[in-house]
Amino acid sequence: MSQADRVVGTARVKRGMAEMLKGGVIMDVVDAHQAKIAEDAGAVAVMALERVPADIRAQGGVARMSDPSMIEEIQKSVTIPVMAKARIGHFVEAQILQAIGVDYIDESEVLTPADYTHHIDKWNFTIPFVCGATNLGEALRRINEGAAMIRSKGEAGTGDVSNATTHMRAISDEIRRLSSMREDELYVAAKELQAPFDLVKEVATTGKLPVVLFTAGGIATPADAAMMMQLGADGVFVGSGIFKSGNPAKRAEAIVRATTYYSDPKIVAETSRGLGEAMVGINVADIPVPHRLAERGW
Amino acid sequence: MSSIGVLALQGDVSEHLRALAECGARAFGVKNREDLEKCDGLVIPGGESTTISKLARTFELFEPIRNKIKEGQPVYGSCAGMILIADRVNDAMAGQETFGGLDVTVRRNAFGRQVDSFESDLEFSSAKPFTFHAVFIRAPWVEEVGKDVSILASVDGHPVAVRQGNLFATAFHPELTSDGRIHKYFLEEVVKG
Repeated sequence: MSQADRVVGTARVKRGMAEMLKGGVIMDVVDAHQAKIAEDAGAVAVMALERVPADIRAQGGVARMSDPSMIEEIQKSVTIPVMAKARIGHFVEAQILQAIGVDYIDESEVLTPADYTHHIDKWNFTIPFVCGATNLGEALRRINEGAAMIRSKGEAGTGDVSNATTHMRAISDEIRRLSSMREDELYVAAKELQAPFDLVKEVATTGKLPVVLFTAGGIATPADAAMMMQLGADGVFVGSGIFKSGNPAKRAEAIVRATTYYSDPKIVAETSRGLGEAMVGINVADIPVPHRLAERGW
Repeated sequence: MSSIGVLALQGDVSEHLRALAECGARAFGVKNREDLEKCDGLVIPGGESTTISKLARTFELFEPIRNKIKEGQPVYGSCAGMILIADRVNDAMAGQETFGGLDVTVRRNAFGRQVDSFESDLEFSSAKPFTFHAVFIRAPWVEEVGKDVSILASVDGHPVAVRQGNLFATAFHPELTSDGRIHKYFLEEVVKG
């Protein structure tokens, strides 16, 4: 067999890559040192970015794709997959990330959107994309554009898990509702969800999204991670929660353990001991609506 | 009916459970030593090999699995699972441990990063050879094999499916397709054979 027989960038290898991350924790890191801590703690992948969401929130200004040199340094320092973020709709940032060989692109509301109408046409890329969603309709619109993995958005950079809970519950409630419908009711359901009929029908038949569903935004403790897993997440993104805490290495390891043994309260209790200070955090309710990142994306 | 455990610490556990059930096995996840005792055969799934080995160490499954392999437990490792049952690993994370048992040297992420992940047909040479459509994701390949290891499939001269007695490994992911012949091979040739 020769190289010519190989087909790259298929939906199956893109979605399959996300399947391999299931049951795992993906950690935000800003440099090679943090990336090593994450790998040593058992992260399944790292997300390379210049500022964690809590700092983006605190410092303000336009948040963009990271410097390629910084991403490459992280790629050199770890053997696990490296993801990176592009702005919503910024297809050239995505082209750059593909060119430097990141393993997954997060088209992320945490960065300042580059297009307030269109998301990136993700089918045009060999590299897979993960996108955020607050409900089923949004998830299916992203999948229709080629997203190979979905993460519930939560509210990044807060350490407040309430929005992650809301979004995970919203997605699974809507899936359950579709599963209980007659086939002739799915047309209106598709209209209401503002999602393509074929995807709506697929979800109604299988009772799940056609891609892996992680959760993100506000996870700060092992208990937060275990709750998201019990609510049906396939895995967890932790952003500011680790490196904005008192003891990142220990907390990272604890969140990895709690994500695997999420249904065993004894183990989650054990992992929750003596972790030092959690990130201070902000209550989502105290953030004015226009400053909430989850509102970005359409 | 064989009872087949799938190591359920991290990775695409549910895909293997589905594939095994479709082949008529009684399939269940393995998260502790009691589960491990119930297995006629063990599958180590695709996932992140560094994460799985770390969790196995933390939750005291590492030595029990290593002992099971030594005692002749039939084991199938796909992708990360292949790495985890290999005796030697190139491009490993510093200090990365494997259960070992399979006398091969495996290179991690040998085909490249995710952008190079691919699908391809390959020839699987068992007693009844067949063509299989294989999915490779940041896949390893086998670089050196010991004298007791047989090579069952290759891509560009690199072995991607190998067998040594009770141990069977593929660099690709049959669990991501609806073709159950690789799992059937494990059940019929390795577990019962």
